[in-house]
Amino acid sequence: MAYEVVIGLEVHAQLLTASKMFCGCGTAFGAAPNTQTCPVCLGMPGVLPVINRKAVEFAVRTGLALHCTIAPMNRFARKHYFYPDLPKNYQVSQYELPICEHGWLEIGQNGTSKRVRIRRAHLEEDAGKNLHAGIAGASHVDLNRAGTPLLEIVTEPDMGSPDEAVAYLKTLRDILVSQKVCDGNMEEGSFRCEPNLSLRPAGSKELGTKVELKNINSFKFVKAAMEYEIKRQTKVLDEGGKVVQETRLWDTEKGETAVMRSKEEAHDYRYFPDPDLVPLRITEEMIAEARKSLQELPEAKHKRFVSEFGLTEQTAAVLTANPVVADYFVASVTAVCTSGASKTDVSRDIANWITVDLPGLAKDFWTHIPAGEIGELSALKRKGEISGPIVKAVLEERLKTGKSVAEIIKAKGLVQVSDEGALEKIIDEVMAKNPQQVAQYKSGKEAVFGFFVGQVMKASGGKANPAKVNELLKRKLTQ
Amino acid sequence: MEIRKEQVEHVAKLARLEVSEDEKTTFARQLSGILTHIDQLKELDTAGVEPTATVLPTDNVFRDDEVRPSLSQEQALANAPDQADGFFRVPKILEDR
Repeated sequence: MAYEVVIGLEVHAQLLTASKMFCGCGTAFGAAPNTQTCPVCLGMPGVLPVINRKAVEFAVRTGLALHCTIAPMNRFARKHYFYPDLPKNYQVSQYELPICEHGWLEIGQNGTSKRVRIRRAHLEEDAGKNLHAGIAGASHVDLNRAGTPLLEIVTEPDMGSPDEAVAYLKTLRDILVSQKVCDGNMEEGSFRCEPNLSLRPAGSKELGTKVELKNINSFKFVKAAMEYEIKRQTKVLDEGGKVVQETRLWDTEKGETAVMRSKEEAHDYRYFPDPDLVPLRITEEMIAEARKSLQELPEAKHKRFVSEFGLTEQTAAVLTANPVVADYFVASVTAVCTSGASKTDVSRDIANWITVDLPGLAKDFWTHIPAGEIGELSALKRKGEISGPIVKAVLEERLKTGKSVAEIIKAKGLVQVSDEGALEKIIDEVMAKNPQQVAQYKSGKEAVFGFFVGQVMKASGGKANPAKVNELLKRKLTQ
Repeated sequence: MEIRKEQVEHVAKLARLEVSEDEKTTFARQLSGILTHIDQLKELDTAGVEPTATVLPTDNVFRDDEVRPSLSQEQALANAPDQADGFFRVPKILEDR
């Protein structure tokens, strides 16, 4: 039988706050186990949680970016369950009144676009981490993550294929990253997705029984897990069986899903309002503030980078993929433009350094070289004081020694050679060494001109001013 | 509203509480009493009254997003019945595999 796939997605996005949702413990990833905890997040009796203002601001900002309505009245609820990574035996979450509701985002695929509806997004705290691998007869628990703020974003069952679901996840991640509310790192667990997937006979209006998938930490695996699940459910239905509502874990090694827990004692989380937390009212002023803090959305930024800076679609896409890099680019261009250059004049060079040269030299180059110095390099190149090929060497030296760009150019003698006498000398030498090519050029084979430019640049150690070289070579070769 | 023994058992299980047969009877009677009282309150007309989540006359209590010192690993684990390599050590969690 032909089936239609119906997919909804739950995403847990870790909010980029410095401290936890209800206490002052840090949220840095990778700290030694159980070194970022306190009586509040350890669930000691008698403590009082206090809401992190920034987490609320981030949730409202995200809600606005996702076209949600923001609930004026919020309260936190306790969701009760027992698990070793949950020290309080309840998770503080939102139940009936999520902070964001009824939003949407647009996914583009093969030139068409589709709107995926967001049912709700609510604030909650994360649990700790359980470790099992390589531990005989026990599991280990690290509570550093317990209490980290999360925004759980839930869609309507609007996606009809794994590809659509992945497109949604990528779009959502780009939006969260652009808003600077989440780092989007799937491997470190700051962007976790749980698809729920069901099948129904093609054309049917009723939804089939859904299965929830967990334990997925990359876009590749999320697609593989959904594809596996479609095959599995198709087989069950084709054989006349019934799909059981359950949670299944993706096993990367086996490439299949397996049942996680049966829900014999039907999910009964006994939600009730957390008496330790007073109501949270989102005022008009708070929403207005959040609106001001909204960052440009990825698609708009991409378009602007093409039109404003004269970049190719491809380069604009690379630059805007990471807002930190995009800001760095803009700051670099702005730095050189204050000295009179036009944006489109310098953008291509700078984009090239930022997308090609610098990432090859250092992964987090923006933390090592201030954008102003990139602007400085661009200005020097415009003035003809250094040549293009030298820039990479300067950047390399800059990262290695930490000396300023100006110092490096001076100390290493990298200043561009524009002096006609010096260049003529090099050209004469190159011509003397290559009489055959000289003869070829003179007999009308002009293609050999490029060979001379290359030789002269090489002989000058990349320092020759290319424009001057062209001019002088032409004159010399036609003499 | 009448609470039966089975409902007491269900709630006790959810809360991981051990209750004796005698306690089950006692709790069933007491819980029934509480719910009967609530049923009585339901007779009041509360249309147009905002649900009360707290009796405290305040809202929007925030803290700034600043990192404060945490406990040391040793302090964090001090009450743990079992620990190893800086972790809480618990019986093997089988459900995850």
